[in-house]
Amino acid sequence: MSTAPLTDKRPSTLRGASLPKWSPWAIAAGSVALAVGIGLAAALDSKVQWGLIAALLFVFGTYGIAARVEGRRQAKDRVATSLVWVCFIVAVVPLASLIWETVKRGVKAFDLYFLSHSMGVVADNEPGGGIYHALLGTLEQVGIATLISVPIGVLTAIYLVEYGRGKLARAVTFFVDVMTGVPSIVAGLFILSFWILILDMGYSGFAGALALSILMMPVVVRSTEEMLKLVPNELREASLALGVPKWRTIIKVVLPTSIGGITTGVMLAVARITGETAPVLLLVWGTNFINNNPFSGPQASLPLYIYRQYSAGTEVAYDRAWAAALALIAFVMILNLAARGIARWKAPKTGR
Amino acid sequence: MAKRIDVSGLTAYYGAHRAIEDISMTVEPRSVTAFIGPSGCGKSTFLRTLNRMHEVTPGGRVEGKVLLDDEDLYGTGVDPVAVRRTIGMVFQRPNPFPTMSIFDNVAAGLRLNGSYKKSELNDVVEKSLKGANLWNEVKDRLNKPGSGLSGGQQQRLCIARAIAVEPQVLLMDEPCSALDPISTLAIEDLIGELKERFTIVIVTHNMQQAARVSDRTAFFNLSAVGQPGRLIEIDDTERIFSNPSVQATEDYISGRFG
Repeated sequence: MSTAPLTDKRPSTLRGASLPKWSPWAIAAGSVALAVGIGLAAALDSKVQWGLIAALLFVFGTYGIAARVEGRRQAKDRVATSLVWVCFIVAVVPLASLIWETVKRGVKAFDLYFLSHSMGVVADNEPGGGIYHALLGTLEQVGIATLISVPIGVLTAIYLVEYGRGKLARAVTFFVDVMTGVPSIVAGLFILSFWILILDMGYSGFAGALALSILMMPVVVRSTEEMLKLVPNELREASLALGVPKWRTIIKVVLPTSIGGITTGVMLAVARITGETAPVLLLVWGTNFINNNPFSGPQASLPLYIYRQYSAGTEVAYDRAWAAALALIAFVMILNLAARGIARWKAPKTGR
Repeated sequence: MAKRIDVSGLTAYYGAHRAIEDISMTVEPRSVTAFIGPSGCGKSTFLRTLNRMHEVTPGGRVEGKVLLDDEDLYGTGVDPVAVRRTIGMVFQRPNPFPTMSIFDNVAAGLRLNGSYKKSELNDVVEKSLKGANLWNEVKDRLNKPGSGLSGGQQQRLCIARAIAVEPQVLLMDEPCSALDPISTLAIEDLIGELKERFTIVIVTHNMQQAARVSDRTAFFNLSAVGQPGRLIEIDDTERIFSNPSVQATEDYISGRFG
């Protein structure tokens, strides 16, 4: 047994040279400056190229400097960190610019008048008019689609998680997966041929809602299924052991425990179908007039409105299209915020 | 209140796997019966067959008879829900309902069964919490979530929840294995009080605990891994721990194996 001296005189191996905390920022600033310099010198037109050069300089610069000062292992670590940052920025830039562009162009025509009037007597090249009829149509179509697909979707998910065994459950899972992949135009064509051509029901908001519910249902099933699976089995057993029947256990224990997640999933599904254009184009047809009744006659909807105003091609129509796009994004964003609020409100409480 | 359980020739399966085989025993009313034995020998499975919770597991099925005062739990036409109302259960890990307050947790059994009078509910909750020695600790925060309690308190909350529906028998599946010694002591004291009113069956890995709380002890074992578990012997706790009639029991208790 060797007794190594506790007070070793060798230099500490636990410490090493390290870059100061601000160094990533400095390297980032340096690489951006260098990229701008290169861009100007080489007369590159595209700002995207400038950005790519800056990103590459940042990643390689980080590696070079860190390898020189700190060593190769730390350099690899820093490269991984900087790659994550670059990817994050690459992902966020288009998103931020999309919102910026929509807000910048959308506010021009966006006001209370715009929200409360239809396009009834407004020609494409005239200013004025609004999205009231489209907003109403979207609300009704999405509302009906939600009313159809949420009960069916949630009940299907309950069947799959709580009861489903064997072939039937596997078949249902398979078809839900297939339905998830159905393109929206196919859903629209299916309802068109079935509801409008075969049953001869005519264009209506309801026909659009049917197609939207086809798109929405698998999303609701999937998200609800995942949420129900997260409920610990112990809670089910605790309830069953109290002599509570299974259906009551599901309603009173399983669903309340997962209601926050289910609501979030439903809201995300609603957000997804709100922006669908293809089925609405085929089935709802679109109109410039207010149609309160989703069961008869063409209706408008926000995506369709945007498409039509854009097709009109006049300056004021472009403004209206952007303002409607802003309204659509705001609508979806409000839904998402509401979903988060409900999820937080309903989440199982842990406080004392 | 308390009823006796007579088990004869009970075999339980998970799918094709035989988990326990040919178990016969009698559980006396108003007493504590402890199940001991190595892991995987089927103590918990056997416990779960006593209130038909075994069949909740996919593939779980049972052969044999379990008589509760001469009524076969596995007879034709017997409603498992009614069985579970008569024979309550406390689980290994405390599992209060996370969406419910302390009050609602205790009231859950009555409320979810739909058979209660509003005026009685407060009394039942208070009585059950007092019965579980938890009343003084939680009486000022009955509307706070049950998951905010400590582990030992949560387990006593689960016991209160189980006794609120006035079962005849209380099954406990290692109720103290997730708790510290102080909470364990509280639960053991509670078991001593509860046996005045209920028939109690407790699974435990802690032989001292079995010796402390139980009147009778059953020793389970399995001959090899993958073989079904069997009841080796059941006798008065004192005899099991001082002078068991089977060598394997003595080996297990004295720590020569397991």
